[in-house]
Amino acid sequence: MILVFVDHEAGVPDVLSLEALTFARRLAGSTGVPLEAVVFGSDPMPERLGAFGVATVRAIADDRLEDYAPAAWAKGILDVMEADTPLAILASGSDRGNEVMAHVAAQADLALAANCIDVEPGDPYVITRLRWGGSLLEEAQLSGRCKLMTVAPHALVPEETTPTTPQVRNVAPVLSEDHFRVRVTGREAPEGGRISLADARVVVGGGRGVGSAEGFRSLDELASLLGGAVGVSRAVTNQGWRPHAEQVGQTGTRIAPDLYIACGISGASQHIVGCKGAKKILAINTDPEASILAHADYAVIADLHEVVPALVEEIRRL
Amino acid sequence: MEVLVCIKRVPAVGGRMTLTQDEQQIDTRFLGFTVSPHEECAVEEAVRMVQEHGGSSTVLTLGTKDAEEQLRSALAIGVDRAILLETDGAEWDPVATAAAITDAIRSEREAGRGHDVLLFGNEAADTGDYQVGIRVAHALDLPCVVGIKGLQFADGKATARREAASGGWEIFEVGLPAVFTVKEGMNLPRYPSVPGRMRAKKKEVERLEPVHRSGGLERVRLKLPPEQAGDVEILGTGPEAASAVVALLQRLGVVER
Repeated sequence: MILVFVDHEAGVPDVLSLEALTFARRLAGSTGVPLEAVVFGSDPMPERLGAFGVATVRAIADDRLEDYAPAAWAKGILDVMEADTPLAILASGSDRGNEVMAHVAAQADLALAANCIDVEPGDPYVITRLRWGGSLLEEAQLSGRCKLMTVAPHALVPEETTPTTPQVRNVAPVLSEDHFRVRVTGREAPEGGRISLADARVVVGGGRGVGSAEGFRSLDELASLLGGAVGVSRAVTNQGWRPHAEQVGQTGTRIAPDLYIACGISGASQHIVGCKGAKKILAINTDPEASILAHADYAVIADLHEVVPALVEEIRRL
Repeated sequence: MEVLVCIKRVPAVGGRMTLTQDEQQIDTRFLGFTVSPHEECAVEEAVRMVQEHGGSSTVLTLGTKDAEEQLRSALAIGVDRAILLETDGAEWDPVATAAAITDAIRSEREAGRGHDVLLFGNEAADTGDYQVGIRVAHALDLPCVVGIKGLQFADGKATARREAASGGWEIFEVGLPAVFTVKEGMNLPRYPSVPGRMRAKKKEVERLEPVHRSGGLERVRLKLPPEQAGDVEILGTGPEAASAVVALLQRLGVVER
């Protein structure tokens, strides 16, 4: 079997896990083995997972695992691995997917290929994975008694298949105190009333060209008129003009808005991997040679300090 | 507080990369070198921890002798010691890297230089493996909290904060010693001062010869992702372009007609 760790929020599998299931189903198809899922919590979601072709759901319902405890979750997956010897185990390349799988890999002493976009089964597997957040690809050989992989976010679209009625099998992992040394002991709610950068439909981006913290006033106005959020490049957070929470890029937030308006951003590769999920990119830049233009759908060659206030005025008049 | 921080020398890429003829590496002839932004923050945090709690900090890397440049940058902002696990330049996969770092930490421990806090970047800028810190923690039987942006100490315990996927924060409380992997945004790293750089130049970099252990993930070749079409529609030049932008926003349904 090919086993997929499916993460969920209150019984709704997350999109990245559905992408991983779709990726894993193709691998299961080409190796001629069934697709199975492992799920933590009281709801094994058989109907939803059946729609993605899952034959068996391994349900790990243990009160101690209700809250996130990465080493303990990994031990749950490892127990399935030891009992049923899957050919491969996959998860999404989310923060959590990568973390849990790294624990599985460390505990099992196996290799893990993070953020894969393609796989050719065989001995060894030949995988293609992201480097530099996706600015570069690596083809690599992955060996080991069980192949561990995470699937790069948004490398493919989740696809349902002929629905199955999965069998649900309960798994009771053997856990010790040590597995719970790291667990969530508290939470702080997000600041209310703000549109999250990752979910915003429109993002107004500002880069070095904005010039100062004060220079963001018109960008803030534009974002609020469009019901969007402000995102910034690393040059801006390094200057201390805006907080890191607003940074778009390889070491910041990956955004996926309908429209990204990139103002005064030259377009370093680390920024591009953070904003390439945008459906459309409009670049506003004084430099017609700026690399952001190679990634943009639309461009205005102008000083953002002139064109953004003019834009704000025009939208106000509508 | 004894703090160890692990870093990795990587090319300072910005634009489209080019590869060497054998497709094994990025062509770095025209590039400088740096470390990941996550690691810059980890180094800064190590210096701040020692300033606040006393003790000493050590920076460690696995790489060629050229990686001394990155070790000295860390010394220049106030890290006390530097250790180079010197390699011949071949790429070590995450299993091999973690095993070499684990060996080095163990021998430090045996020499009476144990660490309370081990810091890593959340993931390396180049390979993005997301696992070296976790593997080291596992080998040393230590707790590991990844992706943190805040860390405080009280009564021999650490409280770490990381951003939750759905917004807000997750809080973790762990005993020491412990491993933490840091994300950019934890602090705003300082720039090295000129006297700091001078001091760093004179410091000794300690060298160890790491033992390579084959790990099961082997690079075949690097590839550039396909170029995008690059059909950009120029809406105009100067502030007069504002009306064309409004028309675009209406067409895309971002503002009402």
